[in-house]
Amino acid sequence: MKLVLKNGYVYDPANGVNGEKMDIFIENGKIVEEVSGAKEIDCSGMLVMPGGVEIHSHIAGGKVNTARLMRPEDHLRNVAPRTSVTRSVCGYSTPSTFLTGYAYSKMGYTTAFTAALPPLMARHTHEELHDIPMLDKGALTVMGNNWLIMHYLSEGRIEHACAYAAWLLRATKGYAIKAVNPGGSEAWGWGRDVRSLDDRVPHFDITPREIIRGLMEINERLSLPHSVHLHPNNLGRVGNFTTTLETLELTRDVKPSRERQVLQLTHAQFHSYGGDSWRNFSSEAESIAKAVNSSDRLVLDMGQVVFGDTTTMTADGPMEYYLSSLTGLKWANKDIELETAPGVTPFVYSEKSPVSGVQWAIGLELALLVESPEKVMLTTDHPNGAPFFTYPKIVAWLMSAKSREEVLERLHRAAQKNTVLGSIDREYGWSEICWVTRTAQARSLGLESKGHLGVGADADVAVYRIDPESTDPARDYEAVERAFSATALTVKGGEVVVRDGEVVKVVSGRTLYVDAGVGEELEREVLKDVDYYFKRFYTVNLANYPVQEVYLTSPEAVKVDSGVR
Amino acid sequence: MKELVLRPLEQPACGLSAESISCDVFAGKSVEEIEALEVYSGNRRRRLGDFFSVSGEAGDTPGETRIVIEGDVPRTKWIGRGMSAGEILVKGSTGMYTGAWMRGGRILVQGSVDSFAGMMMSGGELEVQGDAGDYLGCAYRGEWRGMRGGSILVHGNAGTEAGHCLSGGRVTVMGRAESFAGVRMRSGLLVLGSAESRVGAQMTGGSIVVLSRTEMLPSFELVDRVSSPEIEGVSFEGVFEVYAGDLAERNPKGRVYLKVE
Amino acid sequence: MRVTHRDVVCSFCGTLCDDIEVDVEDGRIAEVRHACRIGTTKFLSASRHEHRLLKPMVRENGRLKEVSLEEAVERAAEILAGAQRPLLYGWSSTSCEAQSVGIELAEVLGGVIDNTSTVCHGPSTIAVHEAGFISCTLGEVKNRADLVIYWGANPMHAHPRHLSRYSIYPRGYFRERGHQDRTLVVVDVRRTDTARLAQKFVRVQPGRDYELISALRAVVNGRKLPMDEVAGVSREDIEELAEMMKSCSFGVLFFGMGLTQSPGRHRNIDNAICLVRDLNTYTKFVIMPMRGHYNVVGFSEVLSWQAGFPFAVDFSKGYAWYNPGETTANDVLQRGECDAMLVVASDPVSNFPKPSVENMLKMPIVAIDVHPTPTTMVADVVIPAAIAGIEVEGTAYRMDVVPLRLRKVVEPPEGVLSDVEVLQRILERVKEIKG
Ligand code: SF4
Ligand SMILES: [Zn+2]
Repeated sequence: MKLVLKNGYVYDPANGVNGEKMDIFIENGKIVEEVSGAKEIDCSGMLVMPGGVEIHSHIAGGKVNTARLMRPEDHLRNVAPRTSVTRSVCGYSTPSTFLTGYAYSKMGYTTAFTAALPPLMARHTHEELHDIPMLDKGALTVMGNNWLIMHYLSEGRIEHACAYAAWLLRATKGYAIKAVNPGGSEAWGWGRDVRSLDDRVPHFDITPREIIRGLMEINERLSLPHSVHLHPNNLGRVGNFTTTLETLELTRDVKPSRERQVLQLTHAQFHSYGGDSWRNFSSEAESIAKAVNSSDRLVLDMGQVVFGDTTTMTADGPMEYYLSSLTGLKWANKDIELETAPGVTPFVYSEKSPVSGVQWAIGLELALLVESPEKVMLTTDHPNGAPFFTYPKIVAWLMSAKSREEVLERLHRAAQKNTVLGSIDREYGWSEICWVTRTAQARSLGLESKGHLGVGADADVAVYRIDPESTDPARDYEAVERAFSATALTVKGGEVVVRDGEVVKVVSGRTLYVDAGVGEELEREVLKDVDYYFKRFYTVNLANYPVQEVYLTSPEAVKVDSGVR
Repeated sequence: MKELVLRPLEQPACGLSAESISCDVFAGKSVEEIEALEVYSGNRRRRLGDFFSVSGEAGDTPGETRIVIEGDVPRTKWIGRGMSAGEILVKGSTGMYTGAWMRGGRILVQGSVDSFAGMMMSGGELEVQGDAGDYLGCAYRGEWRGMRGGSILVHGNAGTEAGHCLSGGRVTVMGRAESFAGVRMRSGLLVLGSAESRVGAQMTGGSIVVLSRTEMLPSFELVDRVSSPEIEGVSFEGVFEVYAGDLAERNPKGRVYLKVE
Repeated sequence: MRVTHRDVVCSFCGTLCDDIEVDVEDGRIAEVRHACRIGTTKFLSASRHEHRLLKPMVRENGRLKEVSLEEAVERAAEILAGAQRPLLYGWSSTSCEAQSVGIELAEVLGGVIDNTSTVCHGPSTIAVHEAGFISCTLGEVKNRADLVIYWGANPMHAHPRHLSRYSIYPRGYFRERGHQDRTLVVVDVRRTDTARLAQKFVRVQPGRDYELISALRAVVNGRKLPMDEVAGVSREDIEELAEMMKSCSFGVLFFGMGLTQSPGRHRNIDNAICLVRDLNTYTKFVIMPMRGHYNVVGFSEVLSWQAGFPFAVDFSKGYAWYNPGETTANDVLQRGECDAMLVVASDPVSNFPKPSVENMLKMPIVAIDVHPTPTTMVADVVIPAAIAGIEVEGTAYRMDVVPLRLRKVVEPPEGVLSDVEVLQRILERVKEIKG
């Protein structure tokens, strides 16, 4: 399979390419120096970028499907029948798996990581990932409320914790360590929460601070490709920025084992709230951005809010309960033994609501106030802030102060009064957009062959029908939004899969997971503890817990030799 | 107003899905174009003309269009779906979803309607001279924001869950409504000649008027007794017991009025 | 030679026990350990081929006649592809892999696909659409629960190991003394065997569960009941039960078909979920349906992620449309809308109401199953299948939506394929016919 994408304006900032007119050569699914006798596709007058990389999106697994099951009304949207190429689709905030794959692909994305995989439900997550076509995939394994992790950490047995985490990644076919409201979701087992880094987790001799620090240490000792991926405590609470800042402080004494951050602050928007009641709810994006600017160990993703009807879902059980008790809307809760506590509830972000308005502004402020685009990733925490279908809108907002102004004018006064967004005139250029939609994600995840178009990279390419030479995105933001909604061409693994916004070929993509080796003896010892836990506390047998490779589409183990013995 | 007449031919056993029978779709179209409109008989895409003989003339706009269905079409679903203006007169009975998502205009069914009539309606009028099936004026599955406006009048009886999640507008059943009328209702007015059990179950707002006594759920409280009250802007004759509820819910503001004299 | 298979999953009921040991001798199951009586019987009878369907059959001149698999697949594909409104029914006693092929088949055919939840826990799902779902995995119950309520469910008969593995008897992390650390309450219309074990039994009048739940909710939310008795239960009993629920540290309400199939149906469940939600203002409380067929949950899961809806999906326009009351198997059948049926791993002729069965008898039926049933006896095409969880691997979801890998312990009878393969062949052929 050979292909040449000719004459496009290429943005590949990781390799210092910023809008040069050039050809991209593809052979056997990789970017190569040169090919001969290949099919050529004319991309002149178009924007060429590496395929998009999604780092945090709730697209597969137990709670996503609970949300689908709970919201048939959501599935009256985006309905389309089967075609000769694609399956039938439906759904907006909780789209079907097939639609998830097609829709990402149409926007030029070629890789997506699902944000939270509870170990006991890992098989379910992989069954759904299996049915998400078009993308390379991975999943972040939640560990922030895991009993064995908490026990090992509280007893100071860090090597054991490392070996267990490595085993858990392998057993769940997970890619990275995710923590969600550390300690809080365990407390939710009793209907409680933790509200500060130093609250004790009920019945466990440990605090959120110790869990977060411990997980970062585990992660760096194992030298995993991605850093700890953290949804901190107090998500969505008024005044939570102090908790967030304290949490970010914890990275100071963690040494990175690779050239990357040691912590990804995920859906940062939900953690940058000031004020002391909903009445004086305000943005603290500046404080959070300052912390990120002054550290080389932190990155964040936005968790941008876009107005409309959506579904919130997190492994933060107490938060979902709290939110549903504010709205009175239906609420699903799904505590998972020894591991975590996901919840789901619908939410409507309204332009008229002072709170929603401020939330909308915060996400953009964060992206615009963090100086380096290498530290920012565009997400909506799909579907928590908004469904991923809204990404093109967000791209346009980042590129155009005028487009932001227009929204700001429609909003409740609070959105202007309690944020600084109106005073920010920074506008992203194409390179910055490339960073925040793919390159920064690939770096953060340690995906060496993604997020760029250098020789040897995966031949995942997005070609957008917009001319960066003649378009002024600050003015023509609607054209930007249109272009990013539907690619002229999406190339996945060297094959054209989308043409003019239509899926023309369905591919299944690879599933990436991390296989981190630890010392054999240590592993044996840890497995004894694991065995005990299964015999006593789990309700499935240990032998039935690990996910078999049959569930993965083209499984690809990323091997790491950690040196933990 | 121009009139377009549909005379039913043989109706398929597997039912007919005829979203296209709506003044919004017919307006500005010729008879030939209307005959060619898409309907589904099971999984087969067919022409409206295969099941109806079409005559007359459609208006230029929905508001100027009147559709008359000359006879019974109890297996034809979705008549008047999402209609915004105009009139449909059915000289017989219709299938499910009559007037679903209706926004304006008027539908008069001289016979009965099957279940889910007026589902998610937001405006317009639906009048049924016979009976209605279950879920009259209901919300779609999972949707808490049910019927928001317009009015439904059924001269006969209605099945279960009439006015399910009602969130505005008015539903009247002159005969008897089966159980769970006004379930999860949030606002608006539901008037029932008589009601089987569990009226107003889990309601949080709005008013239900029952023109005869019925057993109330244990989670309703008798709070008042009024005569000739005005309820949601409508005057009622007689003496009514007023129940507050559903007290199983948080901060319920619902009222059920039972006519006792 | 005897081979012992450990950690085998019992593919019978929604308890989905995964600790079964199966001894296989000379290719036949010789002994089964840890399973309950029902589960053991299922394993042992698998090897007794006289109870099995072994050859594909097609009806000719009123008689079922043995044919090759190709002929049976051909006839099945013709029937289904020729139908205007085919109904694809069953699915709860087979693997997710089979369900997945079934869903694509329904999509290609433009048919209606539904599972047995339409006659068991469909109402629970409808309730979830409105009220949400406040639940957990069974290990949470085992480790934490100090109050266990079964309402309209009799696990002693229907889910024999439920009490010993998950709810009452096991020792949990925070419940080291097992049943001594827990209180069992049963609400039912009669004193069942499960009720005999309970510390408190509440007898509710038949068909009056909804009233009782409403009364409990009102009391939980701080109201005083104006009457002395609701649904045959005294005010004192209601207040006592409400107090027990509010003051426990982790409560669970398991409900069964006594609640889903009695008057009120999904409304009972809606109200019960709301009760549990109310209780979370005071303590920790969860609710869980006692799902019957071993993979009834899997069907809802697969259909939800693939088509957006949990059961009763109508693909007649090429995309998914869902509305129980219209698209549910019994509604489609009783209105006489469908004109052919595919039945997989189910016996609607025995389980459906009479008007549905009468209409079934008027249309061609394709049945894929393990054993002969009254449904396979009236079918026009019968294709035998291997048993998922004994003869083929696959995936199933436990009642608490925990997915497990079904194991294979013996070979299927010669020439018998898995239903996954049979369905794939039908799908391929249907695609060819439909062009
Ligand atoms: S309880 Fe159910 S799953 Fe467990 S052994 Fe018995 S029949 Fe099998
Ligand atoms: Zn998230």
